[in-house]
Amino acid sequence: MIKLTFSIAYALLLARWKQTLVAAIGVTFSITMFIALLGFMNGLNELLDGLVINRTPHISIYNEILPTENQPTDKYFFNENIYNFISSKKPKNELSQIYNSGAIIQTLKSDNRVLGVSPKLTTQVFYNTGTIDISGIINGIDVIAENKLFTFSDYVIKGNSEDLKTVSNSIILGKGAADVLLVDIGDVIQVTSNKGEISQLKVVGIFQSGIKDIDKVQSYTSISTAQKLLGVSNNYITDIQIKLKNLNLAPQIAAEFRSTFNVDAIDIQTANAQYETGSSVRSLISYAVGITLLIVAGFGIYNILNMMIYEKMDTIAILKATGFSGSQVKFIFISIALTIGIFGGILGLLFGFGTSYLIDQIPFNTAALPTIKTYPVSYNPKYYLIGGIFSIVTTYFAGYFPSRKASKVDPVIIIRGK
Amino acid sequence: MNQKVLEAVNISKYFHDPTTVQVLKDINFSLNKGEFVSITGKSGCGKSTLLYILSTMDTDYSGDLLIDGVSMKQKKEKELAFVRNEKIGFVFQFHYLLNEFSVLKNVALPGLNLGKLSQKEVEDKAYEKLKILGIEKEAYKKPNQLSGGQKQRVAIARALINDPIIIMGDEPTGNLDKKNSQIVFDIFKELSEVFNQTLLIVTHDNDFALNTNRIIEMEDGKIL
Ligand SMILES: Nc1ncnc2c1ncn2[C@@H]1O[C@H](COP(=O)(O)OP(=O)(O)OP(=O)(O)O)[C@@H](O)[C@H]1O
Ligand SMILES: [Mg+2]
Repeated sequence: MIKLTFSIAYALLLARWKQTLVAAIGVTFSITMFIALLGFMNGLNELLDGLVINRTPHISIYNEILPTENQPTDKYFFNENIYNFISSKKPKNELSQIYNSGAIIQTLKSDNRVLGVSPKLTTQVFYNTGTIDISGIINGIDVIAENKLFTFSDYVIKGNSEDLKTVSNSIILGKGAADVLLVDIGDVIQVTSNKGEISQLKVVGIFQSGIKDIDKVQSYTSISTAQKLLGVSNNYITDIQIKLKNLNLAPQIAAEFRSTFNVDAIDIQTANAQYETGSSVRSLISYAVGITLLIVAGFGIYNILNMMIYEKMDTIAILKATGFSGSQVKFIFISIALTIGIFGGILGLLFGFGTSYLIDQIPFNTAALPTIKTYPVSYNPKYYLIGGIFSIVTTYFAGYFPSRKASKVDPVIIIRGK
Repeated sequence: MNQKVLEAVNISKYFHDPTTVQVLKDINFSLNKGEFVSITGKSGCGKSTLLYILSTMDTDYSGDLLIDGVSMKQKKEKELAFVRNEKIGFVFQFHYLLNEFSVLKNVALPGLNLGKLSQKEVEDKAYEKLKILGIEKEAYKKPNQLSGGQKQRVAIARALINDPIIIMGDEPTGNLDKKNSQIVFDIFKELSEVFNQTLLIVTHDNDFALNTNRIIEMEDGKIL
């Protein structure tokens, strides 16, 4: 029975194949645009997110330099008649070291919500060149962990990131800083720590993050080199960077770490709220455009079915007179609409993939983004799924109302009208 | 004992547009199995209206209609469609063949819809019906390649496909010339005599009516 109604739908569709083709092309076009647009927009989103989010720890543990809460005066002068006024409170000279960092790292590594941990030591320095001092920041890192968690090596445009570990007293300079210092790989630069100690460091690499302000000041050494520079012990670190398995849990877990480890912890959402907003607005725009196109295509289908029903009134009347029920007639026209939707949709997905692939081939070179050679495109299957579902849903609705009208045709009126 | 195939009980019908008019007034009659009956009457007296009610397509009437002894009054749209499919064959003045399908498929459609036989069996049966009507040669043509008389015979074959208990016709020869009308009439006569088929045909053609078993004459919505 279903086979029969399908074969009738198919015959009606073939009899009007030009119009149905136009309708299907409408769907194909809108799905193609939808996929290409979302792929491109989200490729861009992922790229921009990558710029910041890939390189930003989900949670960062550090120690804010603050005056201690229990001032010494309070310890010695206290009773109910005494109230201490302290002016010009200053933080203690204790730097931003995280105490107990070894134990914290061990605990974090055994936490199964944590993907990876990378300790860091950040310190202010001056790069000395001739008579000029340029201020900068040295990040002492565990280069293996940094590569694994933050794809650090992707941004090292010259030299090998792992040399930081193998070559002693080595440094990877930001491109901006290297340009100012006029140095290249193999050269030795002089660095003055904020305690006035001078060290010689060998340049083993140049990195470019894509963000100018970072490339001008930041540079990387191994943790031990940074500790030597500062003249501190080998358990001195200032930051613990954490990547989680589920990024969305970051705020909650950060709060937990804050209280259990008695440290400061900031999550990525709080640190980079503005990037999230940008991404979601871009996605929203592409969805809106895609859905608008689909609705337009839906109206096309609606029109063609309506026209078909007016043309085929006799057919509908005789089908009903010979014992086809209203719901069977409805099914015939709904299946015409869905056939248009499914074929148009599948073609649209294929063409959408093709268009995305073409965009992906277009060269896109920018000094700011060293790892990007062509336009970024996302092939996330999610968009293909959404596109497919949308094409079927819109054509179903576009077909629903004409089909209902067809099912309500009164054969007596049509036959009397002849 | 004669088996009642169709029975009209006090059927009345009103049209409300533009003013309320009663088109059918207390129609009572019945048809026995194998009868070949014609309905005649002046134009506008309500013949078509009655036939649409008897064929279950029009449900807006008072009174009752029994087909094969079963009341149609309480049946839903879907059930009525099934009754039309299984028990009634209808031939209109216009043929209403679907040009998208071959002649054979046109005849087979109601049979395929009934779904009691396989596609192959239905198509064989459709071919048999075309043979009875002498147009089996046209089976694989499209309806728009046939003459008017041939089309009407295809429409009759379609009405026969499910071996209905009754065939109704609303001026089935109305569009045909004398010769083709005679052919169609002879077919009806043969169906009645050879296959004991019950037929109820509305006609304007007096010669046609005079050759049937019984004439129901209508005037002003009533049976005389
Ligand atoms: N939809 C309608 N609305 C109002 N009046 C109608 C409608 N259909 C038919 N009528 C009226 O009902 C009456 C009966 O019409 P019907 O078609 O049954 O006549 P008929 O006997 O078949 O005539 P003919 O021999 O010309 O075909 C006519 O007076 C017609 O004007
Ligand atoms: Mg009439």
